[in-house]
Amino acid sequence: MIADFDYQFFLEVLVGGLLSGVMYSLVAIGFVLIYKTSGVLNFAQGAMLLFAALTFVSLVERGVPFALALVITFAIMVAIGIAIERTVLRPLTNKPPITLFMATLGLSYIIEGAAQLIWGTQVHGLDLGIEDVPLEIGGVLISQFDIFAAVVAAGMVLLLSLFFRYTRIGLSFRAVADDQFAALAVGLRLPLIWATVWAAAGLVALVAGLLWGARLGVQFSLSLVVLKALPVLVLGGFDSILGAIVGGLLIGASEKLAEVYIGDYFGGGIESWFAYVVALVFLLIRPSGLFGQKLVERV
Amino acid sequence: MTAITSDFSSAPVLPKWVVPVLLLAFAYGVVPLIGSSYLFEAILLPFLALSLAGVGLNILTGYAGQVSLGSAAFMAAGAFAAYNFNLRIEGLPLIGSIFLAGIVAAAIGIAFGLPSLRLKGFYLAVSTLAAQFFVQWALTKFSWFSNNSASGVMDAPRLSISGFALDGAIGRYLFALTIVSVLTFLAHRLVSSQTGRNFIAIRDNETAARIIGIPVLKTKLLAFAISSFIIGVAGVIWAFAYLRTVEPDGFDLDRSFQILFIIIIGGLASIRGAFFGAALIVVFPLVLSRLGGFLLGDLFDSGVLDMSQRIVLGALIILFLILEPDGLVALWDRIRRRLLFAWQST
Amino acid sequence: MPLPSYTLGVMEASAYAPEVFAHGLPSSPPEQQPAANGEPIGSVAGVASALLSLQGISLSFGGVVALADIDLSVRSGEIRAIIGPNGAGKSSLINVISGVYRPDRGHVKLDGAVYAQVPTQRLAHLGVARTFQNLALFKGLSVLDNVASGLAYKVRSNFAGQVLGIGRSRGEQRDSLSRAEQILEFLDLTSVRDRLVGTLPYGLQKRVELARALVAQPRLLLLDEPMAGMTASEKSEMAAFVRAARDRFATTVVLIEHDVGVVMGLSDRIAVLDYGRKIADATPDEVRNDQRVIDAYLGVASDNEDGAGI
Repeated sequence: MIADFDYQFFLEVLVGGLLSGVMYSLVAIGFVLIYKTSGVLNFAQGAMLLFAALTFVSLVERGVPFALALVITFAIMVAIGIAIERTVLRPLTNKPPITLFMATLGLSYIIEGAAQLIWGTQVHGLDLGIEDVPLEIGGVLISQFDIFAAVVAAGMVLLLSLFFRYTRIGLSFRAVADDQFAALAVGLRLPLIWATVWAAAGLVALVAGLLWGARLGVQFSLSLVVLKALPVLVLGGFDSILGAIVGGLLIGASEKLAEVYIGDYFGGGIESWFAYVVALVFLLIRPSGLFGQKLVERV
Repeated sequence: MTAITSDFSSAPVLPKWVVPVLLLAFAYGVVPLIGSSYLFEAILLPFLALSLAGVGLNILTGYAGQVSLGSAAFMAAGAFAAYNFNLRIEGLPLIGSIFLAGIVAAAIGIAFGLPSLRLKGFYLAVSTLAAQFFVQWALTKFSWFSNNSASGVMDAPRLSISGFALDGAIGRYLFALTIVSVLTFLAHRLVSSQTGRNFIAIRDNETAARIIGIPVLKTKLLAFAISSFIIGVAGVIWAFAYLRTVEPDGFDLDRSFQILFIIIIGGLASIRGAFFGAALIVVFPLVLSRLGGFLLGDLFDSGVLDMSQRIVLGALIILFLILEPDGLVALWDRIRRRLLFAWQST
Repeated sequence: MPLPSYTLGVMEASAYAPEVFAHGLPSSPPEQQPAANGEPIGSVAGVASALLSLQGISLSFGGVVALADIDLSVRSGEIRAIIGPNGAGKSSLINVISGVYRPDRGHVKLDGAVYAQVPTQRLAHLGVARTFQNLALFKGLSVLDNVASGLAYKVRSNFAGQVLGIGRSRGEQRDSLSRAEQILEFLDLTSVRDRLVGTLPYGLQKRVELARALVAQPRLLLLDEPMAGMTASEKSEMAAFVRAARDRFATTVVLIEHDVGVVMGLSDRIAVLDYGRKIADATPDEVRNDQRVIDAYLGVASDNEDGAGI
């Protein structure tokens, strides 16, 4: 088997895996944004993604121009984000993180239910105008759509990084991430910051929803994309954007390689759990993840 | 997750055992005489199975503080293990199959509980999803588990205890009631024992627990094992007594969340809470469907029902977390105290 | 009793500040056993009746030095205070003694055994108990159950025995509860025994934590700011309890405290830390007159007698 190892094929699988890993990273970044500022693991991120994609596609199907639909959907996502922050998270301030997590679990049920109650449960196709034909780059076949998705995701990450590095509100975001109490003490306007962060998470949900929707069709199962992002977060650490990117690439690549090279020994279909096993094994070796900070136990 | 440990703390005038005993007498003596088959099939059987699953998860999450999102996997493991023990071991009594199924679920629970020795909080919660996906995958992938059945859906064996058939709705109800009562009683004893106090100690302050000499690692794994045993048996009841079929599909992530919701709504770290929560989870879709049909007529089709159920359930979770974090149990105790007070002051 | 030779490398480092140890010479404190024949001075010394000794402990967090080359010897039966301004490393020191932190360098010698890191999970078996700076009680348990949990390390019955009430579990249960009740009575907590501990006022919770530590009758009791945040009368009450506990159970006490007044009256000897270094180690009277201590600590504390800013 080693003798006739097909490097060409290996590379194709690897690149395909890395590119789908970028898509995982994109979803994971939505989590990181909120976790860093408010310590909430927002399980509803997947439902938000579904809601965004469903809203967008339904608007377009009703004849709303592409760009306008994008703007309207973004506005709706921002409104939802702010509403969540106001009605659900604020009353739960100072509750244990796991309580907040359960609240977002409830939230995901509400958003999923509402999305489908409003727009219906049928599957919508979503065409972003990118053909999914393979391109040959350096002898390796790569899906054109995957490249497009990766470029968009990379652009998204760059945009967020610039925003948080160079704008006033972005800088205060980082202060909040470092120490909420201190940020409060020096008079940073937390509500504004939280609203901004939830709006940013809404934007990420919109972009991820469109990319994933174009690939899988816009339907209920879109919200299950969170389940792909969670092992990425475990691997990269819940509080690290860099971790989300690298974790996504690692998970994407190892998942595809495993499916192709060892999946047959398991009877196939191992992608439902393989990412979790990778993340778990990694964590057993390094409990704070790839880039997560090692916490000093305080007693 | 502040929680109260004193379960079955009934009215101050009555000894603690009176209310449970009266309830049991009613459940055994009166319900079988007056219940319709709809009551047993659509309400009481799923209620009993889910209550028991809630008791199991409450031991792990409510008492020991380890959040699990993979409960349905242990239900599935229990159901399939009982099916296979019953099928493959000649002459093993049904109760034996069920016990062994619990042991299998406990062993799987320990395996997936191992990450809890190093991971905490969200990291652990996410890692329990691995159990959910892995077990479901294994059960669908390897047809040996479903006796090479083409559809993967098998009929559950007929229930009987020492030759005494329990096929009818009432028989299955009594079968489920008995198992649930016994395991609940044992769970109640457990949480008020030193082991139960160790669970709570680890939940409330793991570092302090370790420093005062509680064997933290062993205790955590024990919590996973006991919890998975109980949830596994709940899976057997779900498949054998309620659905009467064994299939992996019903034990999906939504089921795991459902069990988690049961203990949040009912009350974390309360044995009674699991029953309160399960009652609400079982009854509210029926009420919602009646109510929706009544108010909206034909507009309220099954799709709308499904979605509004999700919305209401999600809203309930959030409302309980904000307004009554100790769940229905706390609400119930407060109402009862008010009533008692009003009654005494008249 | 000479120290094992492998500790020598560690002790050498203490030569950097010999004057510290000159200050540290004890003037035979009142309640010491005669066997206590001296403190480690320089690099090699015998510590005959020291129950606990720290040798060259250094610890830093990401470049910030918390403890620098600390030596400390605690005699059996004494009440030993460790004081110092905020951030002086006092809590880190307790965390090193109880094994929560592993020092970068140095050893902890406990009852003759030398540890690079004290095994936390065996701490109770070694006869060491501690309290915590920020309350570390089990909120979901009653006062009685919290205190009884201090005996959990001894329980040998398994969960099945406890559930079914068979085997040694019944006797163990009875025994822990009766010992817990005795301690509750000793600390005047009987009236709240069935209350959920989280519902008690702060001062009482502090006392419950002391009860949980005492119930196992430890040989060494570590108290991390047992009186922080208390009123003056609560403080003197707590000090009386600490002294009574030492007298009754012959427990050696190491305590950290901000309130210098209380410490002076309570302790047999006092070690003073400043920026992670030990700047004095002597009797209360000597410490009170030590210029370095006054500069480093007491001057600050005089503006801060009510313990604000702790």
